[in-house]
Amino acid sequence: MKEILKKSILLMMVAVMTTALCACAGGKSEKNSGTAKTDEITSGGSVVVGITQDLDSLDPQNAAYAGTREVLFNLFEGLVKANSDGDLVPAVASDYTISDDATVYTFTLRDGITFHDGNKVTVEDVKYSIERYAEIQGESSAFSIFKEINIIDDQTVEIVLSTANTEFLSQLTCAIMEESNDANAETNPIGTGPFKFKEYEPGESLVVVRNENYWNDPYPYLDEVTFKIETDTDAAMSELQAGTLDVYQYLTTDQADTLAGNFDILHGSVNYVQALFLNNDFEPFKDQRVRQALCYAVDRNEINELLFGGYSHVIGTNMIPAFGKYYDEETESNYSVDVDKAKELLAEAGYEDGFDLTITVPNNYQPHEGAAEIIVEQLKEIGVNATIDLVEFTTWYDDVYCDRDYEATIVAVDGTLTPSSWFEKNVSDGANNFTNYNNEEFDSIYEQAVNSTDEDEKVSLYKQLENILSEDAASVYLEDPANIVAVNSELGGYVFYPIAAQDMSVVYYKK
Amino acid sequence: MTKYIVRRIFMLAITIFLISVVTFAAFSVIPGDAAITRLGNNATPERIANLREQMGLDDPLIERYVNWAKGAVKGDFGESFQYQGYQVSDLLKTRISYTALIGILAIILLIFISFPLGILWAKCNGKTSGNIIMILTHILMAVPSFFMGILLTYIFGVVLRIFSPGRCPDPGEDFWGAISYLIFPAMAVALPKVAMVVKYIRNAIVLELENDYVRTAYSKGCSENRVLKKHVLKNAMITVVTFMGMVIAEILAGSIIVEKVFSISGVGKLLVNAILNRDYPIVQATVIYIAVVVMVCNTAVDLLYSVMDPRVKIDGQ
Repeated sequence: MKEILKKSILLMMVAVMTTALCACAGGKSEKNSGTAKTDEITSGGSVVVGITQDLDSLDPQNAAYAGTREVLFNLFEGLVKANSDGDLVPAVASDYTISDDATVYTFTLRDGITFHDGNKVTVEDVKYSIERYAEIQGESSAFSIFKEINIIDDQTVEIVLSTANTEFLSQLTCAIMEESNDANAETNPIGTGPFKFKEYEPGESLVVVRNENYWNDPYPYLDEVTFKIETDTDAAMSELQAGTLDVYQYLTTDQADTLAGNFDILHGSVNYVQALFLNNDFEPFKDQRVRQALCYAVDRNEINELLFGGYSHVIGTNMIPAFGKYYDEETESNYSVDVDKAKELLAEAGYEDGFDLTITVPNNYQPHEGAAEIIVEQLKEIGVNATIDLVEFTTWYDDVYCDRDYEATIVAVDGTLTPSSWFEKNVSDGANNFTNYNNEEFDSIYEQAVNSTDEDEKVSLYKQLENILSEDAASVYLEDPANIVAVNSELGGYVFYPIAAQDMSVVYYKK
Repeated sequence: MTKYIVRRIFMLAITIFLISVVTFAAFSVIPGDAAITRLGNNATPERIANLREQMGLDDPLIERYVNWAKGAVKGDFGESFQYQGYQVSDLLKTRISYTALIGILAIILLIFISFPLGILWAKCNGKTSGNIIMILTHILMAVPSFFMGILLTYIFGVVLRIFSPGRCPDPGEDFWGAISYLIFPAMAVALPKVAMVVKYIRNAIVLELENDYVRTAYSKGCSENRVLKKHVLKNAMITVVTFMGMVIAEILAGSIIVEKVFSISGVGKLLVNAILNRDYPIVQATVIYIAVVVMVCNTAVDLLYSVMDPRVKIDGQ
């Protein structure tokens, strides 16, 4: 009841504010790396960051959760690392070259770079790290094209690929670890990042302190950062209000409003593609027209408005806007809400009376449930009778992701800085093609795009892929959800990354 | 007496055995496993298979159970799945102190609040003051402890700032600091129980007051307080103790949700996370801990019985 009331009020508001919203549809209204420069920076101080997910491992090469990678970003670096614009910049390496045929990557180690324990980073450590990562990732990963790593001299290594690939650089963000610390990789993380490990209480907190010898002066500013695991949002809210936590992500708009006085509320994005994924082998969805009808019936703006106060970025394909040049904005407007058209398409496909649909939703992220509830209402308009099946994440993984035994599901999928990672789930014989998407044209363009060594050609091919997914209505793509973050208003410098990273090295206390 | 204790220990062993079998079996039936939750949905099937093998999840159920039981008998509960490189017993050790402290504080609160209040209510049964106590207990009874927890955190943590939520000192380092934090979760656990116990005590006393011997005592010229103290309470307490035994066991074992609300790194929080992560080494050890606590409490109550009521013989004919 409350939901309906809230919805109708918001609907009215939407009607009134449509024009205003169009003007700022970008979503990232406060990506504020720029405002930081006006504050005066103090060095030192300690900060407690509340994290919403338990850490699965302190070994960066074994960590699977995005939440863990976010934290370990502060301790470890690869040969290259991502900056907040999503560009790859040299880190442990100071320089690199890629051969013209894109099969040999040569790296020069940064002069004088050391691990947290004071030991120099050697080419042997680099070789060990890359080979270790390749082994953990295994044959069916992006690392399958990795052939070997050769030590050229004590400052230089070359990485050889079995086939040409210009995207491999983003794989080399994998952490460089110390070979002599191999046995303690899980319990005593030693890297080259801006912060070094101090103590860890499993399930509770991870404390890191400033790496005095960090190569990238003047970072980090803070002396100590505690990552406190707080999965319960109610508890997190009282800790924020009491001042125990300084930073907390993934808030709802209501929570953000409560905190607004004492905290800066920043809006970024979670860099996921949230969608109503359709099992293309489910009888009605075998017909392209039915899938398109759903795209016309679902009002993505309403979902964004109701769940995120309009701060999400509505999308139309399996790619996030943060990807800059690879992202085709046109796909966002391929479908506008058009109930008549949707009904027409359904009728053409022989479903003029609609059909029954079960939407399987994992319970690990509230906005999935929220979106499902809204979509169920919207689909009623075109006669599709949808019901929600709320399941635990592990059940979802077994039934939907592995066995593909479902009709439709609402989840978010992520990718890496490798553009192909956003499309590999749609390749017909792909291991992770859980939507059973099958499109020969898509497959062949994907093949071309991955193998292309020409950057412009690559961009245009990937954009073609985005358009195929959108026009063919592979699934109903919804949004890149907003990440609403509360940051203690005494702090400055907080930035968002297009990958899983919460960079505390650039955060400082304002004077 | 010895015979009784031996029998109790024997029963404890059987209970623990049964509980561990049931938990183990339950974990093999519910979908998902530790390898999947740990690697997430982008893991290749190959990696999951490797990790499963490493964790021994592919072995037959019976073999896994026997392997686990072999260690557990020696007090070695193995390594956690979720927190690799950490022993379950180490993880539990640091957390039991928090949970035990909450439990003990809650019991102290329970005894010191509910007995005087229950007796007072019995004394002024039907009067205005009695009615006030009645309304109070009814309100307290209706509020579940997790909600009480949220309320207490908000009032004492956020508004009055008497404690800072999420910053509980380690009892080993700052004992009194820890107490002054843990008293709030203890209140959240105890208050709903206080209401129940108060009501129970009052009923027991009121029933007892209707007995003939009470009239006799009055007619001998005893004062009201003397009747209560010397005659009624002793008899009324027998049923109350049984009830208290159950409540105390529940408190010691069950601060689970309250720990989450107050963000205390106790056994309960560990257990909830372990269940979500399918980390059965931790779940097994925790469930056994809870079973032991409950059994020990029940035994203590039985023993207390024989002390209070000479008619009860512990060796049980």
